[in-house]
Amino acid sequence: MKFVIMGCGRLGRTVAEQLDSEGHEVAIIDLNESVFSLLSPDFGGATVLGTGVDKEVQRQAGAAEADVFMALAQGDNRNAMAAQVAKHLHGVDRVVARIFDTPRAEMYREMGVDAVNPTSIVADLVHEAAFGR
Amino acid sequence: MYIIVVGCGNVGAATARELVASGHEVLVIDRDSEAIRDITEELGEIGLTGDGAEVQIQSRAGMERADMVVASTGRDEVNLAVSQVAKHHFKVPMTIARVNDPRNEEIFHALGIDAPVSATQAILAQVEQELPSHPLIHLLEFHGSDFELVEVVVPEHAPSVGMRVGDLELPPRSLLPLIVHPDGSPVVPDSDTMIEVGAVVLAVTVPEHEAALRRILSGVD
Repeated sequence: MKFVIMGCGRLGRTVAEQLDSEGHEVAIIDLNESVFSLLSPDFGGATVLGTGVDKEVQRQAGAAEADVFMALAQGDNRNAMAAQVAKHLHGVDRVVARIFDTPRAEMYREMGVDAVNPTSIVADLVHEAAFGR
Repeated sequence: MYIIVVGCGNVGAATARELVASGHEVLVIDRDSEAIRDITEELGEIGLTGDGAEVQIQSRAGMERADMVVASTGRDEVNLAVSQVAKHHFKVPMTIARVNDPRNEEIFHALGIDAPVSATQAILAQVEQELPSHPLIHLLEFHGSDFELVEVVVPEHAPSVGMRVGDLELPPRSLLPLIVHPDGSPVVPDSDTMIEVGAVVLAVTVPEHEAALRRILSGVD
């Protein structure tokens, strides 16, 4: 499968390296060229320099042919916009976005974005840990 | 009307000032508490400090009873998020969003923001109007449809000069609601109205037939 990932931070890098090692085709976009050097030397995917919310930058990364687009940068607003550009302007079927604001994560899910909400996931884990489970 | 302005920079503050002066109920939201302090010192208690893209802040602002939201920040991803939360979560009937980078206009339109406003496009439209030789000027887009209102000043030697409106082979989905004759008199044209050099022809059309319309009226490719 072909994956385009926006955001080469800790999360984006981890996901990109994992998908690449599983044999998938991966392109990763970031605004800051220096972060690409943090990718594992084994990473065989493509790196694209630019703003991942931009339709043209997404096209360069191959969004038009991608099976999945993942917006994994820091900001909720950027992630939501990038995911919707991929979905509505490039016709990507499955778009995933990291959204920290819980009520907005629910809203974007209703709008066809697979919003992953770290706040509620980590809150559950912290709650479990507090009770030693 | 109750109007919520998100972003208290130059654009947001000026918008708030005008709306207050027109007697509307206004609330301005910004993350910067100093900007909010300045606007409340000037206009009274109309400010709220917080992230206007968050559901919680919009709820505190009373977004569910707002008639209109204006997303005026300098960041397009913020303006999009503000508008989408207002529209989809709080059912605000009218969302106006500033588009800073004209490349982002397409996504704002695709996502149903009621009125994306691009300063760059406004400047370009003004430039078009100031260029006397420009064959076709965009006056207005009708929101919620493809149709647009354009203006053509009929040049000398245009193929339409001396023709009856009824004999023009207008492209599909195009019509001429108004012609201003060179002497300044406006007419709602019928099929016998003659096209004269220097006439200002207003046309409703769709983007894909704009070029054909321009060729017929002005002869310019």
